[in-house]
Amino acid sequence: MAYVAVKGGERAITNAHTWLGEVRRGDTSVPELSVAQIREQMSLAVDRVMAEGSCYDPDLAALAIKQARGDLPEAIFLLRAYRTTLPRFGATTPIETANMAVQRRVSAAFKDIPGGQVLGPTFDYTHRLLDFKLAAEGGHEVPPAQVSEEIMPTQLATIAQVFAHEGLLEGDPVTDTSEQPYDLTREPMAFPADRDQRLQALARGDEGFLLSLAYSSQRGWGSTHPLCGEIRMGEVSVGFTPDELGFEIELADLPMTECIMLSGFAGSAEQAPQYTRGYGLTFGHNERKAMSMSIVDRALRGRELGEEGQAPCQDEEFVLYHSDVVEASGFVQHLKLPHYVDFQADLQFLRRLRREFFDAKAKALAEQTAHMKEAAE
Amino acid sequence: MTVTEAPARPNAAPEDRYYTYAYLDEQTKRMIRRAILKALAIPGYQVPFGSREMPVPYGWGTGGIQLTAAIIGPEDVYKCIDQGADDTTNAVSIRRFFATVADVATTEDTSEATIIQSRHRIPEQPLADGQIMVFQVPQPEPLRGLEPRETETRAMHAYAEYGLQYVSLYENISAYGRIAATAGYPVMIDERYLMSPSPIPKFDNPKMHMNPAILLFGAGREKRIYAVPPFTRVRSLDFEDYPFETQSWDEVCALCGANDSYLDEVVLDDKGQHMFVCSDSHYCADRREKGHAGPMAGHALAHIETEIAAEEV
Repeated sequence: MAYVAVKGGERAITNAHTWLGEVRRGDTSVPELSVAQIREQMSLAVDRVMAEGSCYDPDLAALAIKQARGDLPEAIFLLRAYRTTLPRFGATTPIETANMAVQRRVSAAFKDIPGGQVLGPTFDYTHRLLDFKLAAEGGHEVPPAQVSEEIMPTQLATIAQVFAHEGLLEGDPVTDTSEQPYDLTREPMAFPADRDQRLQALARGDEGFLLSLAYSSQRGWGSTHPLCGEIRMGEVSVGFTPDELGFEIELADLPMTECIMLSGFAGSAEQAPQYTRGYGLTFGHNERKAMSMSIVDRALRGRELGEEGQAPCQDEEFVLYHSDVVEASGFVQHLKLPHYVDFQADLQFLRRLRREFFDAKAKALAEQTAHMKEAAE
Repeated sequence: MTVTEAPARPNAAPEDRYYTYAYLDEQTKRMIRRAILKALAIPGYQVPFGSREMPVPYGWGTGGIQLTAAIIGPEDVYKCIDQGADDTTNAVSIRRFFATVADVATTEDTSEATIIQSRHRIPEQPLADGQIMVFQVPQPEPLRGLEPRETETRAMHAYAEYGLQYVSLYENISAYGRIAATAGYPVMIDERYLMSPSPIPKFDNPKMHMNPAILLFGAGREKRIYAVPPFTRVRSLDFEDYPFETQSWDEVCALCGANDSYLDEVVLDDKGQHMFVCSDSHYCADRREKGHAGPMAGHALAHIETEIAAEEV
């Protein structure tokens, strides 16, 4: 009886999860993946899980990917549910991306940006031809990349620094470090959203959702006329000042991707026209996300810059309430849970409406027949 | 149908626990308790709270679980139902969660429970003073279907500006001849705040009025907590000429013969055969135990439910 399957007990759940474990492992004649293999060889998946999971830990992210059978939103959820149980002992000092040990840095605005263009490890300009050499198992030698004799400068000027002397680009917004930044993992979403809240939501936001929003903006649904000022990827050191020490110590070097998108010439009676910007930042290497984030960030600055926008990407309630993949995935998929109480209520109502509809039809037909009879007589 | 002893580790030492007692850390519990107190002080008002990521997905009871985690103690007796039934998979899963992380005794008996967590139903058996009912809420905002913006709906509540809701009910009447809401039927709490009773069928709405138990509502994904304190007026919206009415059935429960309970329709085959059974599984089982029998008493469905219940013990 099919109905009974919906009402399942503990045994059904346990069996289902045992089966899941079996399917996760797949064909046992194929060697099992190790967490270290995922961490090293699926590093972009690991980066995405850490970014949207709001937790920098490549080992845990790799474990989550393994446990989730490669389903990244599920892995992000696993990492978030773990992260939320961790005690907090403080906030780091703001990272300084100007001091990034750059592995990749490109600007679409200047051909000769000071410090030069650094391609780094990128898919760009690869031909997307399946490489069947990778299908051969083992013994595949990876040729080492050639090391340049030129030494990278320890600091590459940011696009803001390049523009600074002319005032063509709006300055860095001043951060009040005395104030605790808004923390969405502790506080509910509130509107109007300030910059810290917005950027945190976007940084945790679903890559696909932000990509589509950014794309819609480019196609004219709230265009910001973006120009890629700079993308940089590399390691940034993270500092922390413990109360008991009173001075800053370095905790870690984290790879991060940052994007500054130039946009529009805002100007007013008081202010000379200049470029405005949108900002994107992610853990690890993820340019698609950082670029999308910077376009959406700029689109959402409409209120601050006096723009009147109606497009989806300019609507902060629409964007910020719907960008979280863990919330969205949970709520869409909760429709799998039984709803037969509500369904029964609906069904009863629908049956009543249909009965009334058919009764009315029958009555109309009877009246019509009677009328025709009368006419015939 | 008796209380199941707290499993495994009654009074387990903190170091033996994988997680904190009742899963949430104490700071978070305190934050949630403050939100609960505020919600009780302003009946029907949605209190924003720092909802945490839980080990179950959003939309699957994270709000209710956080409420329970914040109020539960080792002495509590916990009941969890989904669609009125103790044996639906998600209810089993949540009950097992608290049996594990809170070392708490569980029950299916409505009168024995001190905390009853529910999705979509209020039990048929009247609640008593001292009991707490915890509702899992998917969408706390009763006006959301009419106004998608939170900034707008918050202002509407602040000014008690509920004209839009009445217009919508009026539109129902002009389109269907009656108010169309069947579950999640909007209620006015103490004549001040419009509140969504979570999608319980309107059949359950009158049970909230002047109820001696504490009714707590938790929406994890939307990060809101609200409450109906004991003995609070709860009025389902209606018009003088179109008064509020609850669902009723021509049939009685096929298993226990009850004519006063909310019924689920069970499809028996693909030829249009169906039977109606109590959605409240404990109410139905209890009645059968006391000798009540419906027209299809002894049907396989009754045996299967008993079998599952026996296994869980």
